[in-house]
Amino acid sequence: MPSYRDEAIVLRTQRLGEADRIVTLLTRGRGRVRAVAKGVRRTGSRFGARLEPFGHVDLQLHEGRSLDTVTQAESLQSYGAELSGDYPRWTSGTAMLEAAERLTPVEREPSVQQYLLLVGGLRTLVSRTHDPSLILDAFLLRSLAIAGWSPSFWDCGLCTAPGPHRAFSITGGGALCTDCRPPGCATTAPETLALLGALLSGDWVLADASDPRHRREASGLAAALVTWHLERGLRSLPLVERG
Amino acid sequence: MYDGVVADLIDELGRLPGIGPKSAQRIAFYLLQSDPADVRRLAEVLVTVKDKVRFCAICGHVTDEETCRICRDPRRDSTALCVVEESKDVIAVEKTGEYRGRYHVLGGAISPIDGIGPDDLRIRELLQRLTDGEVTEIIVATDPNLEGEATATYLARLLAPMGLTVTRLASGLPVGGDLEYADEVTLGRAFAGRRRLDA
Ligand SMILES: [Zn+2]
Ligand SMILES: [Zn+2]
Repeated sequence: MPSYRDEAIVLRTQRLGEADRIVTLLTRGRGRVRAVAKGVRRTGSRFGARLEPFGHVDLQLHEGRSLDTVTQAESLQSYGAELSGDYPRWTSGTAMLEAAERLTPVEREPSVQQYLLLVGGLRTLVSRTHDPSLILDAFLLRSLAIAGWSPSFWDCGLCTAPGPHRAFSITGGGALCTDCRPPGCATTAPETLALLGALLSGDWVLADASDPRHRREASGLAAALVTWHLERGLRSLPLVERG
Repeated sequence: MYDGVVADLIDELGRLPGIGPKSAQRIAFYLLQSDPADVRRLAEVLVTVKDKVRFCAICGHVTDEETCRICRDPRRDSTALCVVEESKDVIAVEKTGEYRGRYHVLGGAISPIDGIGPDDLRIRELLQRLTDGEVTEIIVATDPNLEGEATATYLARLLAPMGLTVTRLASGLPVGGDLEYADEVTLGRAFAGRRRLDA
């Protein structure tokens, strides 16, 4: 079987047998890959803590029929130790890992954009430059956009009339003008839609200055968008500790 | 492919933790070739264990009575409480001989990706145990992996305002491993050198 080298973020680990683990990786070159790490749970394993979630690693792998096998692992960066000491950041980071897994539904389908987004997201999370809840929401919106699901937060999603608008439809294309909004469509503060737009485009000046009420509403809408597109919501999302 | 009950047996065995399809098949054929009396005894133990074994009403450790042996022992130090993830961790810490306090078994670690949050663990029961003020030190002995660390972080933040000393087992435990795999000497040393957790 051929072997290959790639960089990856460890998304998830599962126990296998007595001492092994299956690691789910988001690799730079090959998208999402599942691989076996042998003996990793034993004391003195050569892999140590490198193959834990949030690990950014340089790997050598053997290709297998269903699962690859990790033969070497070098740590590039480990975000896990730092995040696990800060509960809101750790829960936000965990939701990012789960989103990255769910938004790369096909194994071994390269998605360098999702990979770079995740690396950037984790870096921002440990840098403590912004509120973790905002970083998570920005990550979710951008990850959805890479997957091809990008609602409009400004122009009307149906007729493109320029915003700001006061209605937002998860199922109907995003912001809606008064002519297009269906009866009973929930109203949304224009500031919330502006915040969502800022998170998607990376306007941190606007996002950092937003107030808690609009952040809560934006988080709810971001979560609803993820749930709508994935059909089944992220398990970790309700457990994220929001500020 | 096997027929009927043999296939069922392999299926059931394969659901056990750490047993893959090959091991399940091996165990199934081992059982088929074993003495019927041995197999009957195994079956009876399996049924009895589910009927008789309960979780201690105080600490959550497995026991066959209302409360466990450790909670009933008056010689144990009731000012120290060691918080662990599972019953098997109580056994691991007991083996070190370094600890004379009592335990609290959480029933796992916080694991958002598996949908397990603080409310799914025995944290409420822990807080209830602390209301009488007898416990002064909490030793958080969750697994030395990320979920264990994050659970310790969560507990430290929750417990610190109550004026308790919250400590974490010292490093030296293999990071990324399971507490049950640590040898007694390493685990004993980790106990002796526990450090204070700041919330
Ligand atoms: Zn319109
Ligand atoms: Zn007990």
